[in-house]
Amino acid sequence: MSANGQPAPLLRLEGINTYYGQMHILQDVNLEVREGELVCLLGGNASGKSTTLKTILGIVEPRTGAVILDGRDVTRDSTAKRIERGLAIVPENRRLFGPMTVLENLELGAYLRPRADLQEDLERVYSIFPLLYERRKQLAGTLSGGEQQMVAMGRALMARPKLLLMDEPSMGLAPVLVERSFEVIQEVHRAGVAMLVVEQNANVSLSIADRGYVLSTGRVVLEGKASELLTHDELRKAYLGR
Amino acid sequence: MSEAPSGPRIGVDEWVASAEERRQKTLSARAERAFERVPPAAKLALLAIPFALYPFLVEDPYLMQVGINTLIFVLLALGLNVAVGWVGLLDLGYVAFFGLGAYLYAAVASDYAGRHWDGALAIPAIAVTVAVAGFLLGLPSRRLVGDYLAIVTLFFLQLFLVILINSTFTRGPNGISDIRPLTLLGREITSLDGYYWTALVALVTVVVVLYLVNQSRTGRAWRALREDELAAELMTMPVNRLKLMAFAFGASIAGVAGAIYAPAQGAIFPASFDLILLITVYAMLVLGGAGSLLGATVGAVIISASLEALRDPEDASWLVYIAVVLVLLVLIKPWWRGLAVLGATAALGLLVHEAAERWWPSLVEGTTFGQARIDRLVDGWVLMPADFVTEEGLPAGAAARITYLLFVASVLALTLIRSSLWRTVAFVPVLYLAAVVWQNLMLPQPAVARFILMGALLVALMAYRPQGLFGKARVEIV
Repeated sequence: MSANGQPAPLLRLEGINTYYGQMHILQDVNLEVREGELVCLLGGNASGKSTTLKTILGIVEPRTGAVILDGRDVTRDSTAKRIERGLAIVPENRRLFGPMTVLENLELGAYLRPRADLQEDLERVYSIFPLLYERRKQLAGTLSGGEQQMVAMGRALMARPKLLLMDEPSMGLAPVLVERSFEVIQEVHRAGVAMLVVEQNANVSLSIADRGYVLSTGRVVLEGKASELLTHDELRKAYLGR
Repeated sequence: MSEAPSGPRIGVDEWVASAEERRQKTLSARAERAFERVPPAAKLALLAIPFALYPFLVEDPYLMQVGINTLIFVLLALGLNVAVGWVGLLDLGYVAFFGLGAYLYAAVASDYAGRHWDGALAIPAIAVTVAVAGFLLGLPSRRLVGDYLAIVTLFFLQLFLVILINSTFTRGPNGISDIRPLTLLGREITSLDGYYWTALVALVTVVVVLYLVNQSRTGRAWRALREDELAAELMTMPVNRLKLMAFAFGASIAGVAGAIYAPAQGAIFPASFDLILLITVYAMLVLGGAGSLLGATVGAVIISASLEALRDPEDASWLVYIAVVLVLLVLIKPWWRGLAVLGATAALGLLVHEAAERWWPSLVEGTTFGQARIDRLVDGWVLMPADFVTEEGLPAGAAARITYLLFVASVLALTLIRSSLWRTVAFVPVLYLAAVVWQNLMLPQPAVARFILMGALLVALMAYRPQGLFGKARVEIV
């Protein structure tokens, strides 16, 4: 607990400026995810959502600013180090290992975990996604989109992350599955995992999130409680550009 | 969540589930599952039995030599499978490790080097040294993927060959010919049987180790790496270290193969480790199915055996005609159409041969090179123009060369025909032309023809079963 009574921030971006060559992509971005919180990061195309995620993961390095993970500055650390400190990601388009079974996919998610804990981790994931237990021997590539989303989340949870990053979970899913997918996100959230969900679909993600940030052309133009953002005019502006 | 599902469950694709169920019911899927239920030790035994029986069934020393070479080939294919089949690294420098193993053996156990190490020391030492070489070759390859990796590793193979040919230390192209027989714990191995058993023991050991590695976390990580390197990295797998391990591991298997090959042959030459060998080993892996231990083994045996059979004029024709008939009957559906094609081809041949005898007798006056019984039968059926080939079996004029080209062109044209009926009809003259080319032009030159046939076999297989005989079909995520 920090001084103001709020849970301590798990992840903090402080004044991040990221460039691709000459192009100034992220401009002074500040962002926070506290323990147990579900935060969504919204924005249209080319708003800097993916770059923010890459900065958090350490795939791109910011020119100025700091990435603070669980109280430690990890701005100059490698991706692997950050993941060891409790990050996990469900990548865009899921990126499962298609010709391998569901079980193998899950086991690979726990690559760094001690082997003795494997069974316990598996059971935890199966208790959140009972379907994965039924399908554990099936090849991941033969599952439907919604099922693959569960495998991707299960695989990420196998590492017992403190903070789970999700890149566009609604991508490529039928509308009914988008809703289901967000229900699944909520379930995982209830299990106590903090989450940062990067999304284009503002309505669905705000309806389950605690707080939200809205990015537009590399700046945070709006932040606040999800319930407030839902009704805010600025949100429409950020998306429609006026 | 134990409540009964009401209606279609959200997040569960019913069609996918039912399609999987339907797939499970097909005959081949059943056979596959039955095969998967066989315990691994039994599979290994099943695989080892034919190899173990071979020396008891075979008396001929030449065939024993072929058996040893086949075992060496299986070892090579299994080693290549690590980098290529499991990790998906296109390593074109692989046979350099085989050569390195052989030359290292010559360096520690030959009259030329003046050293006579015991095999129990030499083979593990060579395995470790070659693994280090594989690690070093892997170093510059960490940041290279796909085509670039292939080019760099191919460069290393050429570099290795150039050094072998030009260095006085390795005696250049003459090779090293006074290699000592393998000594294992003081007992010298001089018989072919002895080398066969040594190679078989090495093979079984390698298969067991590879099986265990494939089941391990590292093996799983390798396969994950092949599927999606970025995703693997995000799962915190040490991608670079895994790649280097694969290079080193595969290389050391090739090194062991080389260390057995050198004393079994008694002499080694740079030309034994060139591109032809590389292509042959790749063909074995592709034929059997990259990524599968059983596939690599079976592919190596099939190619090694058929290359030998095609070399022998007594067997070559049998092999080719039986293969053609089998492929036709399997590929052309329904089955009676395949029979019709064969019948029509036979009729066409008799007709053409009859006509030629009557009006252009010179077209049937050639002499045959074939020595099998089937060749005498076929010679009354295919055209055998006089003076088509020289006495050495080389094409003797424009007519022969044009026939060769015409055959290749007609095969290509065959692939362009869209209608299945007309394609079946077109098969008839093409098959006859194939027989003419085989009897007149290929049989006299088995050394060339066998590689052409191997290529044709691979092309046909890739069209019909791209994953190889025992490979798993790739599942694309869309």
